Amino acid sequence: MFADFVQHVLRPFWGVWMMVLFLGIVFWAFRPKNKGRFESYGDIPFRDDDKER
Amino acid sequence: MSAATAAVGTQGDATPYYDGVVKNFVLASVFWGIVGFLAGDFIAWQLAFPALNLDLEWTTFGRVRPVHTNAVIFAFGGNALIGTSFYVVQRTCRASLFGGAGFGNFIFWTFQSLIVLAASSYVLGGSQGREYAELEWWLDIYLTVIWVCYLIAFAGTIMRRKEPHIYVANWFYLAFILTIAMLHLGNNLALPVVFFGGESWWKSYSLYAGVQDAMTQWWYGHNAVGFFLTAGFLAMMYYFVPKRAERPVYSYRLSIVHFWALIFLYIWAGPHHLHYTALPDWAQTLGMTFSVMLWMPSWGGMINGLMTLSGAWDKLRTDPVMRFLVSSVAFYGMSTFEGPMMSIKAVNSLSHYTDWTVGHVHSGALGWVAFVTFGSFYYLIPKLWGRRELYSLKLVGLHFWVSTVGVVLYITAMWISGIMQGLMWRAYDSLGFLQYSFIETVEAMHPYYIIRAVGGLLFVLGGLIMVYNMIRTIRGDVAAGEAQPMAAAARG
Repeated sequence: MFADFVQHVLRPFWGVWMMVLFLGIVFWAFRPKNKGRFESYGDIPFRDDDKER
Repeated sequence: MSAATAAVGTQGDATPYYDGVVKNFVLASVFWGIVGFLAGDFIAWQLAFPALNLDLEWTTFGRVRPVHTNAVIFAFGGNALIGTSFYVVQRTCRASLFGGAGFGNFIFWTFQSLIVLAASSYVLGGSQGREYAELEWWLDIYLTVIWVCYLIAFAGTIMRRKEPHIYVANWFYLAFILTIAMLHLGNNLALPVVFFGGESWWKSYSLYAGVQDAMTQWWYGHNAVGFFLTAGFLAMMYYFVPKRAERPVYSYRLSIVHFWALIFLYIWAGPHHLHYTALPDWAQTLGMTFSVMLWMPSWGGMINGLMTLSGAWDKLRTDPVMRFLVSSVAFYGMSTFEGPMMSIKAVNSLSHYTDWTVGHVHSGALGWVAFVTFGSFYYLIPKLWGRRELYSLKLVGLHFWVSTVGVVLYITAMWISGIMQGLMWRAYDSLGFLQYSFIETVEAMHPYYIIRAVGGLLFVLGGLIMVYNMIRTIRGDVAAGEAQPMAAAARG
């Protein structure tokens, strides 16, 4: 029953599900709540233990 | 190490980074780069003057070309990717290399031995006849073992990171390592003839046949471009451009979307290599559509790289190393505009099988891949060998201009020659006969072949300037009258 559902209902629309997943990632990335946290990750290359500057 | 051991923003205890192995990979990359550039320019002159094949089977175009492509992609590019990935992953995770120097050097020496075996086998006539996957089955197995060791060293380092978040460059490196493993295994499923009643231990035949074989090959071939020559080098961009510019990437959130868009789209673009063949129309259209969609992540990534310099554009004028890095991103934008355009079936009907394709590949390979590698190495070499700066930044500027003129000569010559070739092939006379014989198109291309070979020669010359600068830097020399823009001292 479930296998039929996957085969005949879910599978033909795989492109849509992939698109939904991708748009979810875009929403997650650009959600204002996450802005400060994500942009702070940009500093990681400057936090290494090399004794420079 | 768990993520909880270091809060965001804290400086860890000085972690011992294994840089000896990174030095080896950098030196090997430059060495094989020169070998690969020379092999390429040699066969470029052969195309202009066929007598240069020396009438020896070992030096014919068909055998030297895989030496050239494999040397520049997998030996120059591969050593650069493995070496920089070990440098970047240790620093962005603030963890030492998994397996230590011994495991790193094991990967290094096995990889170099593979390169020597591969080049020898091509010159002696061994090949699977699959573009960029010419390695025969016994070398394929050897590469698989090396690659799994590489994955263990890289992923192991990530797993013991002190930095809670995995920096975006490591995502790109990891995507490159995993996807290349999948492509290599999928495309090289072959039957060695010796196990099926044949004589030779060296020869194998593909498991696939007909159009499935062609599609598997270009699924591999295009994703080697997408995940080896793009994702891997984007990882270098996301680390070395911010480091050299001394400012974080323009938008970290854009880099997340850039990564996932690239991953979702690239894998489907392969069929554009098989337009107007026995491949079903729907598959061709699918490949074309995904190729065109790739415009978006490619340009998103380019904007992210270029805009990292916003507010510091003067560095382009004052720092030739930055000029290499920024120009590489500009070339990335240009060739990722050209590629999707050429994947459109109407354009492809003109461009396919012509020199235009060769020009396109080289605008990406020379302008993007090689330039981002040069820029990264010019940043890395003083750091690795504990020098304040390079021997001479003026020589970096000279290298930049000599190479840029070389690349521009190369790609413009191939544009003109390729479009001319395509138009001549499809020209009909008033009676409906083909207007030109094939040899007439070859004769017409002769001057452009010479221009291309001269461009290639300039690129080799630029590479030799880099070798000289690198040797003097490693010896600790500083050229007279050198301004020192960066006061940074490297890790002692």
